[in-house]
Amino acid sequence: MHIVDGALSNPVVIGGAVAAAGGIALGLKSLDIDRIPTAGVLSASFFVASLIHVPIGPSSVHLILNGLAGLLLGWAAFPALFVGLLLQAVFFGFGGLTVLGVNTVNIALPAVLTWMIFGRLIARGSPVQGAVWGGVGGAFSIAATTAFVALTLALSGDEFLPAAKLVFFAHIPVMVIEAVLTGFAVLLARKVKPELFPKDASA
Amino acid sequence: MAHALGPQAKTLADAGGDTAYGLIGDYDPRIRIVIACIFAAVTVALSTIAALIGAMFVSVGLLLASRLPVRRTLKRMAMMDSFIIFMLVLLPFSMPGETMFTVFGFPASWQGLWKAVEIALTANAVILALMVLVGTLEPVTLGHALHKLRCPELLVHLLMFTIRYIEVLREEYLRLRGAMKIRGFRPGTNWHTYRSFGYLVGMMLVRAIERSERILGAMKCRGFSGRIVLLQSFSMTRRDYMFAAMSCTVCLGLLFLDFL
Repeated sequence: MHIVDGALSNPVVIGGAVAAAGGIALGLKSLDIDRIPTAGVLSASFFVASLIHVPIGPSSVHLILNGLAGLLLGWAAFPALFVGLLLQAVFFGFGGLTVLGVNTVNIALPAVLTWMIFGRLIARGSPVQGAVWGGVGGAFSIAATTAFVALTLALSGDEFLPAAKLVFFAHIPVMVIEAVLTGFAVLLARKVKPELFPKDASA
Repeated sequence: MAHALGPQAKTLADAGGDTAYGLIGDYDPRIRIVIACIFAAVTVALSTIAALIGAMFVSVGLLLASRLPVRRTLKRMAMMDSFIIFMLVLLPFSMPGETMFTVFGFPASWQGLWKAVEIALTANAVILALMVLVGTLEPVTLGHALHKLRCPELLVHLLMFTIRYIEVLREEYLRLRGAMKIRGFRPGTNWHTYRSFGYLVGMMLVRAIERSERILGAMKCRGFSGRIVLLQSFSMTRRDYMFAAMSCTVCLGLLFLDFL
């Protein structure tokens, strides 16, 4: 999922950085004093959740959970996921520095879209109904992320097209896993702490 | 991420090893961040293989000067390569150009090969320099330095909160996993595993939210008004200016090498 330095063309890198800066600014605006600790702790938990490896056949995938991050954080998912990516790049060497903006948009924009589309739906009806919509949202956010990754690669040059297609199809199992896990996570949250997803969540 | 961290290994704070980082550790954190950004921009701008090999040498030189554990750091860098290896392998076949050889009727082009080598060199040189220059900072110092570099205050606060709670939440995650293990949970490819992991994530998030409410209460009790006063201050010494000048010279040298 991480794009590295040197692969993308300059316009894509700059465009990504500008878009990320805009998203982060919007996200920070939505954070008041009372929400800073919440956003920080959630950002840390998504960082930790990405350590979980879920077995699938002979291999395993690690979770991304950007859909769930969007559902809980709204626009604040932009700065929260940016912080996560920054820490990953600096301390673990994943991703890159100049592509930080592009990577942030690729992961955080689907999160915000998921929140806009599914945010109200998961709060409605029975917990199981909410969980189903949560699952659809989880799959949607991964699909959107891979589509964005493929798009950024394709915009940088035709020679990346096969790689872009490969990225998309290789992530179909990941979409399924994320859907199931997001669904169950929403189910548990709806049962244990229903106020987590306010009914009047404005999109 | 879990490739990077075994269950025993600690996260960020002491993932890098010992405290003293040779020559690099003494320089001002701000200048290290700025130099890392300049070096990244310059390296991405380079287009000849010779200059990129030069950039790689600079990064390896920095690594040696930092006295980071060489093998572990290079291993970490290689993990990033495992992510991009598919793309790099595909490039010679997807880029049109002079045919190098043919596999199952698909021609591999020299142009594609060079492009792949270019990307690999750029990515590795930048990430290695970033890990050596910035990754050796204490995470909290990174937050302070970014604040002094005029990053938005809220973003720095968010970063500090995240850094502070990663370790706490990781311990909670390991505790929950321990509890699952003690009850005979073994992950596999089945519905039960996915449901259990889903509940695990949901539980972690619910607990995280409740924890954040307690944190906010405790902070308000101590007079939190939305500003965290960052006390650490830095000062540039002559050595820092020398280091900055030297690094800029090296970057200019790389650009010059690229023009040749």
